[in-house]
Amino acid sequence: MIRNRLTVWYGELVLRKQLARRGSAFLSPGILWLLALLVLPGLVLVVVSFTERGAYGQIEWLFSVDNYKRLIGFGMLGWSADNLAIIWRSIWVAFVTTLIAILLSYPISFFIVNRPPRQRFLWLTVLIVPFWTNMVIRAYAWFLILAPEMPLAKLAVYLGIHPANTPLYPSSFAVYLGMVSMFLPFVTLPLYSSIERMDWSLVEAAQDLYASRVRVFMQAIFPQTKPGLTAGVILTFVPAMGMFVVPDLLGGSKFMLVGNLIQQQFGSSRDWPFGAAISMGLVVLTMISLQIYRKKSKEIEPI
Amino acid sequence: MKRSHPLVTLIALGSMVFLYLPLISVAIYSVNDTRYGLVWHGFTLNWYVKLFHNEIILEAARNTLILAVSSTLVATVLGTALAFGMDRFPWSRRTNTFLDVVLHLPVVIPDIILAAALVVAFGLLRAVSSIFEPGIFIMILGHITFQIAFVALVVRSRLTSLGRDIEEAGRDLYASAFYQFRRVTLPLLMPGIIAGGMLAFTLSLDDFVISFFTSGPDSVTLPLFIYAAVRRGVTPEIHALSTLVVLATIILVVFAERLTRSNKA
Repeated sequence: MIRNRLTVWYGELVLRKQLARRGSAFLSPGILWLLALLVLPGLVLVVVSFTERGAYGQIEWLFSVDNYKRLIGFGMLGWSADNLAIIWRSIWVAFVTTLIAILLSYPISFFIVNRPPRQRFLWLTVLIVPFWTNMVIRAYAWFLILAPEMPLAKLAVYLGIHPANTPLYPSSFAVYLGMVSMFLPFVTLPLYSSIERMDWSLVEAAQDLYASRVRVFMQAIFPQTKPGLTAGVILTFVPAMGMFVVPDLLGGSKFMLVGNLIQQQFGSSRDWPFGAAISMGLVVLTMISLQIYRKKSKEIEPI
Repeated sequence: MKRSHPLVTLIALGSMVFLYLPLISVAIYSVNDTRYGLVWHGFTLNWYVKLFHNEIILEAARNTLILAVSSTLVATVLGTALAFGMDRFPWSRRTNTFLDVVLHLPVVIPDIILAAALVVAFGLLRAVSSIFEPGIFIMILGHITFQIAFVALVVRSRLTSLGRDIEEAGRDLYASAFYQFRRVTLPLLMPGIIAGGMLAFTLSLDDFVISFFTSGPDSVTLPLFIYAAVRRGVTPEIHALSTLVVLATIILVVFAERLTRSNKA
């Protein structure tokens, strides 16, 4: 019986219990912290999403699904599509942002991979710096580019698609511009690490066998880059849905995303229960998109 | 390897311009000698000088550093211990899966969710004690929460790539578990710990969302200050401040890159 309780660990004969105790001593401070300040608050958020807002913005502990009804549009004045439109717009903006970022990331990665090794490091640093630069600064920096005195606005006026002497923000165009510039490195960096490790002999083999450019990409390149692409898509699509700085600064009040709606409930509206319910909606969207992505990437696998 | 197609080069270089043009224009207008408009009026460093006479900005810089340093210290210790405890002990599969899920939560979940959860949780705790009022203390708690996960992930990958051979050799030579941890594992792990710590530090400097939700009137940080200021309208001082923040980021990033690269070599 004693044999089951003993184990050899790093050449030392120890009691399993003793080993577990030693391991827990390392684990528990960090795990307890995460449980207390991440998991527990998350559960509280779930509970609060079923409560009601009191007259002074406090939480009334009366449980109902009213907040969720409101989220899908059933308000005091009957049904309206406003909230659903915001949710749909968030999904759409996140999708378009991710797609454009992927389309730009392949050429960027190929370009860097084809540089000599010393230059490669330099180009990578060039990509990493915006990745780490504060997003408030990167979002508001577009104010300058989109100002009426700048070429872009003048071009738009010249083309007759924009009134003179007004900036190009707030607008949906500005939001897309800001979103893509914000998330581009999040796709490019993981994708690059996959492309760097790619086996180019497969590409050459495909070319030798007269595969068209499209087939070379789809069958020789794409499957090899999927690990990096997966990481990039997850790093972009999920946070893009919850983004509120970019739409707030560049989109104005007419172009709200889920993130802005949540922020509003915790800020000016002071409606925590409804804010909690929208957050739950965002969590569900996150889970669904991770799930879809996992399934899709499994389907493409057997080429 | 073949040479790049011209279109590939064009898109790649175009994207780089796209990424940097906004930041470069901020830097240019931070040395433009006029308060209004975007017409060039000559070079000046006046706006930078003004920054250092602005009490509010200095206070924000101080808050940002206090927040980043204290949260990074705690998160690095907890995250490193967590990574070591996960990787170097024979946990059952179930435990490992559980630890993995908890560790990846802050990475996968949008930060606004963590912010919302913390606001509600601290809001309820306020009934117990006033230290949970919005302010620097709960901001530090919030920052540590997302930093721990990132530190642990970085250190754990270092532990995995180190392998266990050297540690086993240490034990074969009759080093006690504690002696071996202190004299063998920890020094080997140091570059990973420093890289994780720098990552945590940068994340904290950069963070806007968690700070925005948990800050109080006396705990404005630089990102919060810039955000509030640009909503009122951009000024050359803000351009100057932003340029300094970006420069600090560049220095940190290049330094961290050097560090991780010299480890690999």
